[in-house]
Amino acid sequence: MSECPPSRPTTYDVLTQHGVSRRDFIKFCTVTAAALGLEPTMAGKIAHALQTKPRIPVLWLHGLECTCCSESFIRSSHPLVGDVVLNMISLDYDDTLQAAAGHQVEEIRKQIIKDYPGEYILAVEGNAPTKDGGVYCTIAGEAFTDILLETAEHAKYVVAWGSCASNGCVQAAHPNPTGAVPVKELIHDKPIVNVPGCPPIAEVMTGLLTHLLTFDRLPELDREGRPKVFYGQRIHDKCYRRSFFDAGQFVEEWDDAGARKGWCLYKMGCRGPTTYNSCSTFKWNDGVSFPIGSGHGCIGCSEANFWDNGPFYERLSAVPIPGVESTPEQVGKVLAIAAGGAAAAHAVSVAIKKAKDGKDADSKGDAGAAQA
Amino acid sequence: MASKRIVVDPVTRIEGHLRIEAMLGDDGVIADAMSSGTMWRGIEVILKGRDPRDAWAFTQRICGVCTTVHALASIRSVENALSIKVPKNADIIRNIMFLTQMVQDHVVHFYHLHALDWVDVVSALSADPKATAELNQAISPSWPMSSPGYFSDVKATLQRFVESGQLGIFANAYWGHPAYKLPAEANLMAVAHYLEALKWQKELVKIHTVFGGKNPHPNYLVGGMPCAIDLDSDNAINIERLNMVKRLIQEAKAIVEQLYIPDLLAIASFYKDWAGIGGGLGNYMTYGDIPQAGVDRPEHFRFPRGAILGKNLGEVLPLDPTDTTQIREEVSHSWYDYPAGEPALHPWEGVTEPNYTGPKPPYKQLDENAAYSWLKTPRWRGNAMEVGPLARMLVGYASGREEFKAVVDPVLAKLEVPATALFSTLGRTAARGLETQLGVQWLMEEYENLIANLKAGDYATANTDLWEPSSWPREAKGFGFTEAPRGALGHWVHIKDGKIENYQAVVPSTWNASPRDADGGHGAYEAALVGTPVADPEKPVEILRTIHSFDPCLACASHVFGPDGRKLAEVVVR
Repeated sequence: MSECPPSRPTTYDVLTQHGVSRRDFIKFCTVTAAALGLEPTMAGKIAHALQTKPRIPVLWLHGLECTCCSESFIRSSHPLVGDVVLNMISLDYDDTLQAAAGHQVEEIRKQIIKDYPGEYILAVEGNAPTKDGGVYCTIAGEAFTDILLETAEHAKYVVAWGSCASNGCVQAAHPNPTGAVPVKELIHDKPIVNVPGCPPIAEVMTGLLTHLLTFDRLPELDREGRPKVFYGQRIHDKCYRRSFFDAGQFVEEWDDAGARKGWCLYKMGCRGPTTYNSCSTFKWNDGVSFPIGSGHGCIGCSEANFWDNGPFYERLSAVPIPGVESTPEQVGKVLAIAAGGAAAAHAVSVAIKKAKDGKDADSKGDAGAAQA
Repeated sequence: MASKRIVVDPVTRIEGHLRIEAMLGDDGVIADAMSSGTMWRGIEVILKGRDPRDAWAFTQRICGVCTTVHALASIRSVENALSIKVPKNADIIRNIMFLTQMVQDHVVHFYHLHALDWVDVVSALSADPKATAELNQAISPSWPMSSPGYFSDVKATLQRFVESGQLGIFANAYWGHPAYKLPAEANLMAVAHYLEALKWQKELVKIHTVFGGKNPHPNYLVGGMPCAIDLDSDNAINIERLNMVKRLIQEAKAIVEQLYIPDLLAIASFYKDWAGIGGGLGNYMTYGDIPQAGVDRPEHFRFPRGAILGKNLGEVLPLDPTDTTQIREEVSHSWYDYPAGEPALHPWEGVTEPNYTGPKPPYKQLDENAAYSWLKTPRWRGNAMEVGPLARMLVGYASGREEFKAVVDPVLAKLEVPATALFSTLGRTAARGLETQLGVQWLMEEYENLIANLKAGDYATANTDLWEPSSWPREAKGFGFTEAPRGALGHWVHIKDGKIENYQAVVPSTWNASPRDADGGHGAYEAALVGTPVADPEKPVEILRTIHSFDPCLACASHVFGPDGRKLAEVVVR
C-alpha cells in the first residue's frame, strides 16, 4: 500500500480519532497476534502496520450462496466486526450490509475498481453458475459470472469465503443443476485465498483480513490455497474427545451412555479424521463449543465435495475401528485401505498429493496413508 | 399508464438477490410493480436420492440468515413421514433454538437491515449529544448507556469516519432525502444503537452453539437433538451450559425491552403516515409454532395456526398444509416447466424443472407479461397470502389470545392509531418488534420448562427406535413446518426405499415475493408497492421501506421449483 497518497488516514489514525487509547491499541495488536498464532513479538509489527496503512477497500460479492458467511463474519469477537468495518477495512461493496441500493451500488463497485486498481481486496461469498449463460444468478441484470471476472481483474487479492467460493458447496453437489464452480476455476491470474467451511469460523475470517492488511502479504497457504494457520490440522488431531477414540470408547447410538459421557463420535459418522479446520482449536462463537463438543459429529463442511461424501451418519469406512492406543498414522493407513468409501478415497488423494509434495511437515498421517 | 419504470437491483440489506421494477404513474404514485428473484440453486433437485436423515443439513444451507429454520422444518417432515415421536426435551430445546433465532434475527433486521430506511446517518452529525442523552433517557430510563459523554463519543466516531473520506457501507445512500423525518438527535441515538446491536447480536446465538455446536448452521438430528444431557457429566449439557443459556436470555430481554422496543416506538412516532401505506394483500397466513404438547397439536402452539382473508380480524380460518387442495404452486410467471396440463401442484407432487426464458444478461428490464422470476407462485385456496411477523401477530390477536392483545393494544394506544393501522408498512415493522417482545418472554419460559423437565428426572434428548432405515415403511410422505422469522415455512418430503424420492420447500419469501399468478394477481410485495408515492425516482427510499418491512430472504425463496411452459398469461399493466 506504499503507493497510497499520504493524505489517506491509517487504521491507527482512525482508531485514535475514534477515541481508542494508545494502550488499548497495543492491547488490540497483542490479542490479534495471539489469535493469529503469532509470537508475542509480532504485536509490535502489527501495531506498526496499522499505523502506516489507510483502510483497504473491500468489495464483497455475493453469488450463489446462503449468506451464512456474512452472518458468521459479523459474529467475530476479536476483532469485533464493528472495528473491522469502521476502522480496519473500507467495506465499500457488500449488498447484505450497505446502505445504498440499486444503481448507486453498482456505481460504487465500478468507482472503487477505477480508483484503487491493484489495491482492493475482492471477497467472494458464494460461487458462479456457469450453465446457460449464467442466468441462474444475475445482479442489476448482469450475470454474476461477468461481475466476478470484471471485479477480479484489478483486485490485489481474491478471498474465497466459505465452501461455496472455495469448493463449490451445496449447489455444486450432484447433479450440480446450475453448473456452479468455485472461484479458483474462473480466476487464474490473481492470488486466491480459500477460506472453506460452511460457514468458516468468524475469527478465521477476520483473522485472515487482519493478516492481509497487517503484513501486506498472504499468509502461508497449503496446496488447496488455504491458510495453514487455520487449516493446517485435522479436527481429529486436536479434538478433546480424541482420548476416547484412542481408548476405543465410542458413542454407539444417539443419547446413549457414551453420548452423555462425551465419548468419540467416529461411529456416528464424524468426519473429524478427514477434515482440516480450526473447530477443535479455536471453536465457535467466541470459544463456546463446536459441533463435536455439542454431541454431533463433524460433517466435514470445509472439505471439497463433502456433500457427496455421505451419508453423514455412515462411519468413514467399514474397516475395524482402531483399538486402544491407535496413532494418527495407523488411522491414516486404515482410512487409505478403505478406499471403497468416497471420504477415504478423498483422504487418499489428498495424501498422495501431499506425499508427492514431500515437504508438508504436518501431514505425516496422510503421507503414511499414501505409502500404505 | 405508467410514465416511468424504476428498477432497484440489487435490493440491498436483504438476504439474496432481489430485483424490483416499479411502474410510476404521472401522479408520482406506483401504479404497478414486479418482484423478481434472480438466483436459483436447485437444492430440491440435489436432494433426490439422498438419505432423509441428511436432508436437514442440505436444506439448512438454503439460508444462512434464517439458519436453523430449514433444518427444523426438515427434521419435522422426516419425523412426520416416519411417525417418529421426539422426547419432550428435544421439543423444548428446539423451541429455545427457534426463539433464539427469531429474537436475534429481528433485532438485526431492525438495526442493520431496515433502520437506514428511516434513519439519516449524515444528519446525526449535527446532533447535540446532551439533547440526545435526554431523548434516550426519556424513552428508555433503564438503558444504562445514555450519557452526554457517550453520545459525544459516538458522534466523534461518526465524524472521523465521514472525514476519512472512505464511507464504506454508508456510501452513496439516500442521505438528505426529504422522506427522512427524524430529528438529528434521534438519528444519532439510532446510529449509536446500530453499533450496540452489532456488538450484541453475536451473543444470543451462543445458545445455538451450546445446543447445536455452532452458529450459523447449528446441528440438528432426526428423532431429537444431538446434544446429550447429563447433569453429572462435564461433556454434556450440564449446569454450566444451562447457566450460560440463562444469562444470554436475560441479556436479550434487556436489549429488546430497553433498546429495540423504545427505539422502534420513537422512530415510528415520526412516520405515522406509513401506517396508511404499503398494506397490500390483506390476506395473512401462519402455520403456527412453538409446540407445548407436541407438533401434532397446533391448538397448543404459542403461535396459533390459521389464516385471515380480506383484513377480516373477526374470523380466523383453519388451514391444513397436508390437504392437497389447499396450498398449490403455479409457475405461470416463473422460469420453470410443469408437466403439461398442470396449472398448479401441491408440494407433495411438486416439480422442479428450470427453464429460463428471460432476457439474455445483461438486460435492462424484465417483462411482466412473461415469466420473470426464479420464484414460484404459491397460493392458499387460490389466494395470494402474506406471511411473517404481521401475519403471526394478527392471527394471534384475532384468535383472542390474551398474550397478543397485551403487547399489541398498548402500542396502538401509544401511537394513537387504530387496529387497521397494522395493515401497512409501519404495521409490519411494528409487528416484528412486538413479537420479539413476546419472543424474549417465551424464551425464558421455555428455559424454565427445560429446567422443570430435568428436575422431574427426564434427560432424554433423542428417540432412536426408528433410526435405522430398515425400520421404515417402504414409502412414506411427511410434512414439516416452522415459522421462520420471515413467515410460514413448509417442507414436504416423499421417502421411498429409504431415500428421498421428492422434496419440496415452500418458504416465506416465496409467498411474499412471488410473481403474479395466472390470473394476474400480485404477490404480497407487488401488491404492497402499488399506491406508494415516490418523491424522487432516482432515490426510491419509499420502495426500500416497504420491501424491507417484509425482511426479504431470497436465497430461501428461489431455491425452489418451476412451472408449466405457459409463460405468456394475459396480464394487463395498468
